[in-house]
Amino acid sequence: MTREQFIEEWSVAQIMPGPNVVNLSLMLGARSFGLPGALAALAGMMTIPLVLVLLLAMVYAQFASHPHVIGALHGMGAVVAGLIIATAIKLSSALKTNSLGIPGCIALGVPCFVGVAFLHWPLAYVLLGLGAVGCLLAYRKLKP
Amino acid sequence: MSSAPILALRWTDWLNLFIHYSSFSVLSVGGAITLASEMHRYLVVQQHWLSEAQFSSSIAIAQAAPGPNVLFVALLGWNVGLNSRGTVAALFGVLITMAGMLLPSSTLCCLSARWLHHNRELRVVRAFRQGIGPIVVALMGSTGWILARAQSNPATDWRLWLLTAATALILWRIRIHFLWLLAAGAILGWFGLV
Repeated sequence: MTREQFIEEWSVAQIMPGPNVVNLSLMLGARSFGLPGALAALAGMMTIPLVLVLLLAMVYAQFASHPHVIGALHGMGAVVAGLIIATAIKLSSALKTNSLGIPGCIALGVPCFVGVAFLHWPLAYVLLGLGAVGCLLAYRKLKP
Repeated sequence: MSSAPILALRWTDWLNLFIHYSSFSVLSVGGAITLASEMHRYLVVQQHWLSEAQFSSSIAIAQAAPGPNVLFVALLGWNVGLNSRGTVAALFGVLITMAGMLLPSSTLCCLSARWLHHNRELRVVRAFRQGIGPIVVALMGSTGWILARAQSNPATDWRLWLLTAATALILWRIRIHFLWLLAAGAILGWFGLV
């Protein structure tokens, strides 16, 4: 498989719902060996990490009331929150080339953020409402 | 900090959990982590099946472990089961949440990958990709915000907020592996500095 093919598969995996890595391994497995290949790739991708993460959770449960462990988890939680915010900031730079334009992206993104983070709107409404508006606007902008 | 709730989940509750995760699966454009804020709303705020601490530690542990970050979904299921009936129920919780999270999106992916691949220049496909872009970024941002808020209140825990802000700034501007920062956060927390 060439680098270009891989990037194409990757972009398809990104626009589909579902975890990107899972979608990508499904598609790569299916491409070479059909459905059995897809399932094998998925199992290979998930099994060992799943066992590891459960073991880690069990070890953590033993020490969950230990004040140092609680402190460490708080520190890690704060870092993870920072990681996700940094990912959002980095992703937002990809919006510069978005056909909705920067004002359009802000007009959609800000209500989405406020609705989900502060008003606890259910996600389905946000995606079906704001997402549909975004897709319709983009569809009109992309008029050939 | 709230302690873990004690639950007696019925099969209708498990079905409810499965159906919710199936719907998350279909909605999870941009990865499962963009839906963490929605899972928080469902599991912690609405159903009271998990404590705030369990929710945020599940995500922290899954991020610290190797492997795809979708495994935080498995840990959430694990903890819901654990709160209900112990280890066997916890494994069942993993099965329910992971099957719910993966089956619909994987089926959709396998069915439509070929079609999308051949039609990636199509106007509908490009419009979907671009229209959903700002929403995905905003969802990611709100997940970060909810995680930062979950374990701290700004008046007393300002050092945790500072750590979150510093991490975001460092990861945004500097190329450094995230695990170093995670270790630093763990050490700072261990010694009670944040």
